[in-house]
Amino acid sequence: MISMAGKSIRRWWALFALPTFAAFIIGFVVPFVMGIYLSLCKFSTVTDAKFIGFSNYSKALADPEFWHAMWYTIAFTIITTLIVNIIAFSVAYMLTKAIHGATIFRSIFFMPNLIGGIILGYVWLLLLNGVLAKWGRSITYSGTYGFWGMVMLYCWQQIGYMMIIYIAGLQALPGDVIEAAHVDGANGRQTLFDVTLPLMMPSITVCTFLTITNGFKMFDQNLALTNGAPSNKSELLALNIYRTFYGRAGFEGVGQAKAVIFFIIVAVIAVIQNRLTTSREVAA
Amino acid sequence: MKKVMKAVALAAAAAMCVGTFAGCGSSSSSGASSDKGHVYFLSGKPEQLDQFKQLGKEFTKDTGIGFDVTAASFDNGQQTLKSELAKSEAPTLFDVDNNNFLDWTSYYDDMSDTNMYKDLNHQEYALKDGQKIGAVPYVQERYGIIYNKALLKKYFDAKWSSIKSIDKIDNFKALKTVADEIQDHKGDIGVKGAFSSAGFDSSSIKRFGDQLAHIPVYYEYHDMKTTTEPATVTGKYMPNFKNIFDLYLKDSTTPPSQLSSATMDDSNSEFSLGDAVFLQNGSWGYSQIKDQQVLDKDIGVLPIYMGVPGEEKQGLTVSFLYFAVNKNSSAKDKKATRQFLDYILKNDKARKIFTDDMGFETPFKSYAKAGYKTKNPIQRANDAYAKAGDYDTVIYPLPSQQWAQSLGNAMLEYAQGTGSWAKVTSAFVDGWAKEYKSTH
Repeated sequence: MISMAGKSIRRWWALFALPTFAAFIIGFVVPFVMGIYLSLCKFSTVTDAKFIGFSNYSKALADPEFWHAMWYTIAFTIITTLIVNIIAFSVAYMLTKAIHGATIFRSIFFMPNLIGGIILGYVWLLLLNGVLAKWGRSITYSGTYGFWGMVMLYCWQQIGYMMIIYIAGLQALPGDVIEAAHVDGANGRQTLFDVTLPLMMPSITVCTFLTITNGFKMFDQNLALTNGAPSNKSELLALNIYRTFYGRAGFEGVGQAKAVIFFIIVAVIAVIQNRLTTSREVAA
Repeated sequence: MKKVMKAVALAAAAAMCVGTFAGCGSSSSSGASSDKGHVYFLSGKPEQLDQFKQLGKEFTKDTGIGFDVTAASFDNGQQTLKSELAKSEAPTLFDVDNNNFLDWTSYYDDMSDTNMYKDLNHQEYALKDGQKIGAVPYVQERYGIIYNKALLKKYFDAKWSSIKSIDKIDNFKALKTVADEIQDHKGDIGVKGAFSSAGFDSSSIKRFGDQLAHIPVYYEYHDMKTTTEPATVTGKYMPNFKNIFDLYLKDSTTPPSQLSSATMDDSNSEFSLGDAVFLQNGSWGYSQIKDQQVLDKDIGVLPIYMGVPGEEKQGLTVSFLYFAVNKNSSAKDKKATRQFLDYILKNDKARKIFTDDMGFETPFKSYAKAGYKTKNPIQRANDAYAKAGDYDTVIYPLPSQQWAQSLGNAMLEYAQGTGSWAKVTSAFVDGWAKEYKSTH
């Protein structure tokens, strides 16, 4: 038997689902397919493309700056994923205990997330350059400076967001299992590592997925903080693609090819990571 | 009740649709009839955007043709041009410069029959795409080393100075003597350094990898007796290039290790607050330094000397900004655009806005005839050099924007001590050959 609601859905689904579906097609599927096609073309504006085959891909792979940006991004993603998740989890763990002002701390930690990436980049640019001026340097002095500057900025921004997800996970933990662990004489350490963490795997899956993909896709903060300087040595992949596409006439197709390669890498890594962490999820 | 629910649901769904497609609408300008065509100008001069809007308003009022303008700065000009040209309502008129002229050849309408082209002082300054005239210059700019006359007078009057008048600074050796002595006595003069910071932030890097590099490039072209782009350059003037760049770095307000983040604004403000005597910039930068602590009468400009034999007769560097008409616009819009060009050329209000408000020096015979001449002191500084018969250092085409960018990057690394001068030379010489190949 079909309920009243089910009946309405049957009759009206199109009215509600189709606009969004159309938007999805226009805003995502069409540009995506067009993007793949353009990566096989030579063009200066997207409306005057000429098909040339795979030469854009070979040019993209032969570009040393692309590879530099690739390794730079991978290092960046690994380091930030570790730092963000460990600190976010610790903070969440502390703030779910009975601490005075836990709610205020949660809001404060979450706040950096409410600021846009470009603004954050400029604010941190001033801060970091102000500090580095003491040694007569600036953030764009070398790629290493830029790297750690971006790590700081990104962690500062992301920790609060991941913390919220972890807090939600911690609060949803079944109390009886923890209590049973206590009764069985498990100490704090054992409770954390053998009970809480395995039960938290779903949250960890979500948070690592988000930090890895966000790390790979980071753009605004990179643009505002270093803009790749000096000599494109502090350039993450997204900025490298952007600069290839827009910075040089005749290289639009190469930029497009890089974007397709980039998409494949991020998709593969995200799928592998999801498999890995999901397989460790347990039920209480 | 059911009817109300239905109505609400319909309204909600409709609202969703509207929200979803809100971004797809098109805009049109107001107060103009569409059958007369429409002008859409993509300008490369954000500094003069307001004045262009004003000019457009007058134009629409007088002719009934709609006019829109947007501006993109140097560092994102090419991006904006690329995305705007792809639109169905693409610019009918856009700015190009001679470094990126070759990138847009499929968009140039032949301008040889425009009054603007016919009115040029020197028709050879127009940019040619094969046999057709692709772009016509409309602003003639000058650049060099801008100096503060009041501060320099302090130097000339000082007991310890070894050069006593501005006429003596007509070569690199003299310039270096002055700069070094000012740097040594910066406390006496009351400045932080002789030169304002040679910043390599993206707003300022063009001054070195592009504008400064144009001087050795000029002499390369000159030696080859050509005005068309050669496939290779020799690097013969690299020691001279190093001379001037080292001077900028040594006698500066800012330590080299901080140059990577020093901006154009930093450099301008150091000059306009009297913290530095010299600033390498051009007539376009006048609006950023005027009406502050340095009076117009105290602004002078020196040619960029780098120790090339015979440079005593070197004048200021001259560069242009060009109009190009979009070939792909409708016939009606192209006609309207040509009317706009004529309006600039012939209408008194337009000529006044161009000369006085925008401060443009135009390369048109009719402007000179009607006595329109900008008061911009950087432009007027050229009059003395022109009178003395000094030669203009014309900016000849560079192989690509990328060449200038890579050269600038290498210069920054050299300045910071993280790279060598050999890399700068390689970016200049080998980079030229490489970029020439990829663009030809």
